[in-house]
Amino acid sequence: MRRTIQIGGLLLWRVAAAVAAQAASAPVSSTNIFAPASTPARTIFGLSMFVLAVTALIFVVVGGLLAYSVMRFGSKAADANREPAQVYGSTQIELAWTVIPVLIVVVLFLATARVIHAIEDAPKPTEALDVTVIGHQYWWEFRYPKLGIVTANELHIPVSDPAHPTPTFLKLLSADTDHSFWVPELGGKTDLIPNRVNQMWMDPARPGMYRGQCAQYCGVQHAKMLLRVYVERPADFDAWVHAQQQTAVQDATVAEGRRVFETTSCINCHAVNGTAATGRFGPDLTHLMSRGTLAAGAAANTHDQLRLWIENPDAIKPGSLMPAMQLPVEERDALVAYLETLR
Amino acid sequence: MSTNAIAIDGLPAAERQWTETLHEWVTTVDHKKLGIMYIVYALFFLVVAGTEAMIIRIQLMHAHNNFVSPKVFNRMFTMHGSTMIFFVAIPVLFGFANYLVPLMIGARDMAFPRLNAFSFWLTALGGFLLYFSFVGANGLYGAGNAPDVGWWAYAPLASKAFSPGHSSDYWTISILVAGFGTIGASINIIATVLSMRCPGMTLGRMPLLVWLNVVMSGMVLIAVTPLSAAQIMLLVDRYLGGHFFDTQAGGSATLWMHFFWIFGHPEVYILILPSFAFISEIVPVFSRKPIFGYPVMVAATLFIAFVSMSVWAHHMFSIGMSSYANSFFTITSMCVGIPTGIKIFNWLGTMWGGRIQFKVPMLFSIAFLFQFLIAGLTGIMLASSPFDWQLTLSYFVVAHFHYVIVGGILFALFAAFYYWYPKFTGRMLSETLGKWHFWLFVIGFHMTFDVMHIPGLLGMPRRIYTYEPDRGWDTLNLIVTIGAVIQAIAILIFVWNLIVSYFKGAKAGNDPWDAWTLEWSVSSPPPDYNFAAVPVVASRRPLWDLKHPEDPDSRYD
Repeated sequence: MRRTIQIGGLLLWRVAAAVAAQAASAPVSSTNIFAPASTPARTIFGLSMFVLAVTALIFVVVGGLLAYSVMRFGSKAADANREPAQVYGSTQIELAWTVIPVLIVVVLFLATARVIHAIEDAPKPTEALDVTVIGHQYWWEFRYPKLGIVTANELHIPVSDPAHPTPTFLKLLSADTDHSFWVPELGGKTDLIPNRVNQMWMDPARPGMYRGQCAQYCGVQHAKMLLRVYVERPADFDAWVHAQQQTAVQDATVAEGRRVFETTSCINCHAVNGTAATGRFGPDLTHLMSRGTLAAGAAANTHDQLRLWIENPDAIKPGSLMPAMQLPVEERDALVAYLETLR
Repeated sequence: MSTNAIAIDGLPAAERQWTETLHEWVTTVDHKKLGIMYIVYALFFLVVAGTEAMIIRIQLMHAHNNFVSPKVFNRMFTMHGSTMIFFVAIPVLFGFANYLVPLMIGARDMAFPRLNAFSFWLTALGGFLLYFSFVGANGLYGAGNAPDVGWWAYAPLASKAFSPGHSSDYWTISILVAGFGTIGASINIIATVLSMRCPGMTLGRMPLLVWLNVVMSGMVLIAVTPLSAAQIMLLVDRYLGGHFFDTQAGGSATLWMHFFWIFGHPEVYILILPSFAFISEIVPVFSRKPIFGYPVMVAATLFIAFVSMSVWAHHMFSIGMSSYANSFFTITSMCVGIPTGIKIFNWLGTMWGGRIQFKVPMLFSIAFLFQFLIAGLTGIMLASSPFDWQLTLSYFVVAHFHYVIVGGILFALFAAFYYWYPKFTGRMLSETLGKWHFWLFVIGFHMTFDVMHIPGLLGMPRRIYTYEPDRGWDTLNLIVTIGAVIQAIAILIFVWNLIVSYFKGAKAGNDPWDAWTLEWSVSSPPPDYNFAAVPVVASRRPLWDLKHPEDPDSRYD
C-alpha cells in the first residue's frame, strides 16, 4: 500500500515539476494556460494558483491521514482473532469535518465570484477594437465592422498599453454548428453558438503570435480548425489595416487565372473584393497572400500547398467542405498564379 | 435473527439439455439471474468500449498519426463514451443492485420480478441497437454508419442538416430504449426497498448499500426522464419537421445542452452512489469495524442527491452565461464537495483504529479513496468557473472525469467483484491474479490519467483526431497511451481470473470474509428465493449479533 502512495506522490510531483518547468523555461508549448499574456488570462491564472494551493493543502492533509491509517492500522498476526473496539461515530468529530469544508467552500466561492465579475462585467472602453468572429465548419471568419475588413483564420489586433488600454472585444457568432474560441495565453474559451451572440475580450500587452484552436467538437475536421492571433504594435497594426482595406490587386498577367476563378464555382463560396466573387460560405480571398496558412492552419501558405489544396483538399484536410475542383492542369496552374497575386 | 437451517436443492444440473438452461436464463424473472445477466452484458461491452479507447489512444500516440481516419476516430470516441456510460456503467451497477438489494433486506425477490426482466431486456436491446448502427445506419452516400456526434450529441450537430443518414437515429433510439429500461429498474428498486424488507429491517437498519441504491434510483427517475424527453424531441426534429434544436430554423442549441446536462450531471452521481455503496460495505468488513457515522452517511447521500440536481450548467460555463448564472452554478457545484468530503472522512474514521486486512477488495477500496480524493479536488478546480473557462473542453477535463469514472467507479466495481464473486458463484477469485490485476491497473491508471491532465493545461482540446507537432503534447500523449496498454493487460488478467476461478477457485462457503450483512447468511450461490425462512433482524449488522451474542449491536440500537 505504501507503494501506491509513493507512486501517486511521485507522479503528482512530476506533474507539478513538468508544468512548472514549462511555465518557467523557454516555452515548450505555445498554448500553455499558465503563461498568461492578457488581463483575462492573467486574472484566471491568479485565481487558479489560489485554487491549486487550497486543493493541494487539502490533498496533503486528507491524503496524509489516509496514508497514515493504512500504515498504522494494518492487521498484525498477533491480533488476528481479536476484533478492534467497535466505534459507531462521534458527533463532535463529524461536526468538525462538516464545518471546515463549508468554510473552505465559502472562501473559494468568494474568490471565484470576484474573478467572474471582473472578467465578464468589464466595461468596454470607447477605444476598444470591435471584431466579429463567425465560426464555420472548419474555419474562422473575422470581420472588423468599423474598419471594413474581412479576413479568415488569422486575427490581427493591436497591443494594449496598460496606460492607455485598447482592448479587443470579440462578438462571437456561428454559421453552422457550435464552436469554441480558445487562445489559452489570451483568455479562457467562449463558445460560438448558432442563434446566440456571445462576447469576450483580450488586451495583450506583448506583441507576438498566439496560437489556439476550436475547442468545441464541430464535426469531422474539428481537429484542424486552428487559430492564430497576431498582436501588433500600433504602427504595424495600422499598416496591416491599410493594406487590408485595399481592393484586390488586378494584375493583367494573370487574367486567365482570374477568368477561371470567376467562371467556375469558386465564386459560390469565396469573395474577392472588387470582382464578381461575393460568396460567403468560404474564406474571403481578397488578401489571401497576406496570410501565413491555408485551410485554417492545416497547411503553410506556399505555392505547392496552395496547388495541392485546390487539386485535392482532402489530401490536406479530409472532410473539409471545399470540393476538389477537377480543373484541367493548365487552368489549375493559372488559377494558382492568379491567387498568388492577391496580396 | 433466525438462521437458515433449511437447505434447498436446485435440480441436478447434469441431466439438463443446454437448450433448457438457455430457456431458463432467457425467461427468468429471478433477481439473481437477472443481476448476473446485467453484469455479464456490461463486461462484454466493457471489452468492446475498451477496444474503442485503445483505437483512440493509438491514434493520439504521436502528432499527425494516420492510424484511423478522422471519421472513424469521431465514431470511436462517440461510441466509447455512449457505450461506457449507458451500456457498461449503468448495467453493471444495476446488476449488483439487483443481485444484492433483495438479499441484503431479507427479501425473496424484487417487488416486480417481471418488470425486472423487462427492464433488463430493454437495456439489452438498447446496446444492440447502438451497435447495429455499424450495419444498419448507412444512409445517404458519404454519410457515416456509427454515430459520430459525441456522446452529448450537441445541437445542431445531430440535426438532419449536419448528421445525414441514420447514425444519429440509432444513437437516439438506443439511448431512449435503454433509458426506459433504467427507469423500470429504478422503480423496481424503490418499490422493493419500501415494501419488501424483512421483519426488524427498519430504514435506519438497512445496509448503506441499500440506502445508496434507493437514493440512486430516485435520482434516475428525476434525471433520466428529461433525457428521454430530449431524445423524443430530437426524433421529432429529425422526422416530423420539428424545430426544437434545429438552429437553421430558429431552434435553440442551448436548449439541448440544458436537457442533456440536467440528465448528464446527476448521471455522474447516479454512477458514483452505487460505488460509494460498495465502499461503504467493504471498508467496514476489512477494517473489522462498523461504518463510522451511519446517520451522517445517509444524510450526506441525500444531500448529494439534492444538490446534484442543481449543478448541471457547470458543464456549460463556456457558453456565455451571465455572471450571475456562472456564480450560482459555481457555488452549487462547490457545495457537492461538502457531503462527499464527509463521506471520505467517515470512511477514514471507519479505518481509523481498525485492523485492516489488505485483501484484494480492500486494496481496490483504498486506491478508490486516494483517487476519488484527487478527482474531487480537480472537480473543485473545474467548479471555479473562470478556471473552468481554461480547463473545460480540454484534456484536463477528460482526465478529471476518467479519474472519477475509472479511478473511482471502476476501482469500486473491482472491489465489489472480488468481494461478492464468492457469493455469486460459490468460488473465491484468485488472490494472486487479483494482486497482479490490482498493481498493474494502478500503475497503468496513474500513467494514463495523471499525465493526461498536462496536455489539457498546455491547451490540447478534447475530441481532436490529431494535433500539431509543435505544441509539446507528443511525449505526454505517448505516456498516456502506454498506460492505457498496461490497463488493458490488467483487464485481461481480471477477465481470465473471472473465468478460471469459476471452475477452479477455492470453495467460498457462506461467509468467506466474516461479514455482517444478510447475504452472507445464505449459501453461495444463494438458493432460489434466497431465504427458506424469512430472517428477523434487530440491528444494522445481523450477522455480528449472531457471531457475538455477548456484545450484539442490537443492544445499542
